[in-house]
Amino acid sequence: MAALESSLEGLLPELEVVRKDFPILERTLAGGHPLVYLDSANTSQKPQVVIDTMVDHLERHNANIARAMHQLGAESTEAFETARDRVAAFIHAPSRDEVVFTKNASEALNLAANTLAWPGPFQVGPGDEVVITEMEHHSNIVPWQLLTERTGATLRWFGITDDGHLDLSELDSLITERTKVVSLTWVSNMLGTVNPVARIAERAHQVGALVVVDASQAVPQLCVDVVASGADLLAFTGHKCVGPTGIGVLWGKAEVLDQLPPFLGGGEMIETVTMERSTYAPAPHKFEAGTPPIVEAVGLGAALDYLGHLGMDAVHTHEQAITGYALEALQTVPGLTVLGPLSAAERGGAISFELEGAHPHDVATVLDTRGIAVRAGHHCAKPAHARFGVQSSTRMSSYLYTTPEEIDALVEGLEYTRSYFKLG
Amino acid sequence: MDLDSLYQEIILDHYKNPHHKGLREPFEAEVHHVNPTCGDEVTLRVHVADGVVEDVSYDAVGCSISQAAASVMTDLVIGKPVGEAMGIHGEFLALMQGKGTVEPDEDVLEDGIAFAGVAKFPSRVKCALLSWMAWKDATTRSLEANHG
Repeated sequence: MAALESSLEGLLPELEVVRKDFPILERTLAGGHPLVYLDSANTSQKPQVVIDTMVDHLERHNANIARAMHQLGAESTEAFETARDRVAAFIHAPSRDEVVFTKNASEALNLAANTLAWPGPFQVGPGDEVVITEMEHHSNIVPWQLLTERTGATLRWFGITDDGHLDLSELDSLITERTKVVSLTWVSNMLGTVNPVARIAERAHQVGALVVVDASQAVPQLCVDVVASGADLLAFTGHKCVGPTGIGVLWGKAEVLDQLPPFLGGGEMIETVTMERSTYAPAPHKFEAGTPPIVEAVGLGAALDYLGHLGMDAVHTHEQAITGYALEALQTVPGLTVLGPLSAAERGGAISFELEGAHPHDVATVLDTRGIAVRAGHHCAKPAHARFGVQSSTRMSSYLYTTPEEIDALVEGLEYTRSYFKLG
Repeated sequence: MDLDSLYQEIILDHYKNPHHKGLREPFEAEVHHVNPTCGDEVTLRVHVADGVVEDVSYDAVGCSISQAAASVMTDLVIGKPVGEAMGIHGEFLALMQGKGTVEPDEDVLEDGIAFAGVAKFPSRVKCALLSWMAWKDATTRSLEANHG
């Protein structure tokens, strides 16, 4: 194992220095075990610069934005709007006005699904079809179930092949002239699969459908260019890309956002209000009713800056190296089956697996007593689990701070789990 | 965190060889309970006659703790008057919610005392309670069905 480590190419340069940016990685847990954090697809850890930026904002610049006529108000507004610029630059959005702040990816996807129910050029109605996939996170399933149930439209979906890819043999029969919306995940949070979003978007656009992309697992790991992706609307969350919780993003093409009706009503989303009616601010403010999560947005800006300094190419290369190493190492454990593609090139950093004879909760508890944090359960992807005939799985997910030694610790922990439960 | 305090031999024995498992007739009520955070599921039937829990049968998927808890629960409540069974339920609930500070009474909880260690693992308490909650629900419905 040691020989393999030293020859492992693609790790972030100065990984030990990068790890020092994340104070939590210094922690020890019960029993004196050092933390081995392999739950980054659930939420990533935060570098000191994000923590410091948020503390500094609260200590020195705190005020409400866009409505406080004083110096602090101006500073806070500038910090918030600078964060929007940073998001726009990070995802290569043509315009900062295409970046809508939400509280998370779920709210961003619900914003899309909700506004599509109302009159307008994109309205979904009876006889229309919405196409999703079987590998979606619940947050990209339930909003579309709600939309189609409420509008009398029909929900359809791509199936998954045995090797964990979308079954694209159905591409032309699923996406037809009846299709109004195609919504899919870029990178699966359970199977790790990276989906050919641009190819599916091309077909969707042939029939005039709107393309919504859940990029929650993609933005942390890939170099994202929203225009090249083929998406019309794209959602992600801040806390999976070293930012804080409570802040998400919906990016949308200007012409799409302009033609969607408002989502939530309230302060900041209006142009003028009378007792009879209101007119609305242009995007993005049209979709940002009420005081937004200001310090969270500022923190997200710092997080994306941090990732930008590391370089997303380097982050992606690191992820691929660790994922390849983990796939190989996990398969040395007797009775372990990886769900999803077995080649690192086809997947992101989340690896779900089964260990024969041990339930995922029991696996996770044993690992936890050794300081190893993984996720066990259905990972908010029950249909994808059902597709593979399993109720739940154990998932390890790495990130830019993960070392090969942590993967070794996981494998040793799994060997220990097998001996603890006296498995063959 | 002491793994052996969680995974007592009694728990692992019940997990490997669960008692009273399978769905049986007769029954007055059948319920399906899930643990939405982890996906553990139990379908459970209760047969109550003359105020006594005559049978509890179940089909369940889940971790060792949830499976063993279902098995131990059936041992504890089958054959007991409903009132007494509900009392045992209350005792087990108090043990689970006690964060490890409650001393279990072996005369009441029998094999159920093995779950005392679970109370120190907050993320696993709901595993131990899933089938008990299902049983309480089904028993209440059985009583309503009997009186209806």
